[in-house]
Amino acid sequence: MKIEILGTSCAKCKQLEENAKLAIAKIGGFHSIEKIDDIMKIMEYNVVSTPGLVVDGKVLSTGKLLNPQEIIDLIQ
Amino acid sequence: MWKDFVDNLIYNTLNLDGHFADALNFFIYDTIKIWFLLISIIFVVSYLRTHFNTEYVRAYLQNKSQFTGNVLAALFGIITPFCSCSAIPLFLGFIQARIPIGVTFSFLISSPLNNEIAIALLFGIFGWKVTAIYIGFGLLIAIFGGYFIGKMNMEKYILMDVKPMEGELDEVKISLTFRQRSREAWEYTVDIFKKIYIYVMIGVGIGAFIHGYIPSDFIASYAGANNPFAVIIAVLMGIPMYSNAAGVMPLVEVLTSKGMLLGTALSFMMAVTALSLPEAMILKKILHVKLITLFFGIVGFGIICIGYIFNTIL
Repeated sequence: MKIEILGTSCAKCKQLEENAKLAIAKIGGFHSIEKIDDIMKIMEYNVVSTPGLVVDGKVLSTGKLLNPQEIIDLIQ
Repeated sequence: MWKDFVDNLIYNTLNLDGHFADALNFFIYDTIKIWFLLISIIFVVSYLRTHFNTEYVRAYLQNKSQFTGNVLAALFGIITPFCSCSAIPLFLGFIQARIPIGVTFSFLISSPLNNEIAIALLFGIFGWKVTAIYIGFGLLIAIFGGYFIGKMNMEKYILMDVKPMEGELDEVKISLTFRQRSREAWEYTVDIFKKIYIYVMIGVGIGAFIHGYIPSDFIASYAGANNPFAVIIAVLMGIPMYSNAAGVMPLVEVLTSKGMLLGTALSFMMAVTALSLPEAMILKKILHVKLITLFFGIVGFGIICIGYIFNTIL
């Protein structure tokens, strides 16, 4: 899976990235996590409320700080 | 009922009296009352909110005519969450969807102004009438503030080039069960409460001190009817206080009970929520200072007018 975290440098966005890492550590396997800071790229996903969670190009959540368990529920 | 219980506890069970007992009574009564209302109102608002997100609002506002757009944007501002860190993607995303900047500003004004914490505190402290007046006037400022900004052709002051998208956005409804929505709302409520309960305590604590120790005419002489600049001073003082709205409002309750006029209090609270310095700093990355100044100027002017109208008619 390719996981992208959309968000400029706000506290919630950084926390979501951390939580995504924890979620990945729990489910195991090889997955990439990338933080997208570029506002133009964020807009290409049609997201207007950060942080956003994108998996394999699909927007799964916007404007919410998800905890690791919620991320696992969403991506599985 | 709660009032009787606290009265009984302080004056009978603990057998206290004097200034200290009054202050303590006020502190316990008010803190618990405000906590309770905060939790219940934030829960209700965040439950409603699970039906709409900002992406949905954007799709809905697309292709709405100028004035209708302002009204709808202001109304949506009541239930959608606002975090100033989202201000940039929101602003640019709205432009991308060809939503006029006036409509975007209506949303940007309404969303923090009518936030659930402010509404919960107002309701808890001043009752539903003042809350309704606050929301009503808040909507007016958002609608007309946005409308005027839209009329001034400020598009050239947006510092970033955004390519307008072609076609329409789909209004994607969020499908969740009642259980999921409740859980989400509850988690959000707990999250907010953890962040602000201490400020409520501090605010009520200082309020309790004023309530018990400082004579009424002291505040009335500074912020009461005799001071014609009270509203303006209140608005200027409110600008840097955004993050502390939860602590500021309990304080305002005491100030009004000690002679500050309600219009002055309302203006102050609106300035605390609607004019936030951090938000201005963030928007400065994408908007020219002129546009931000205009935004603050119009909203500030509206809030000041409301304060004076209120002080005159009430």
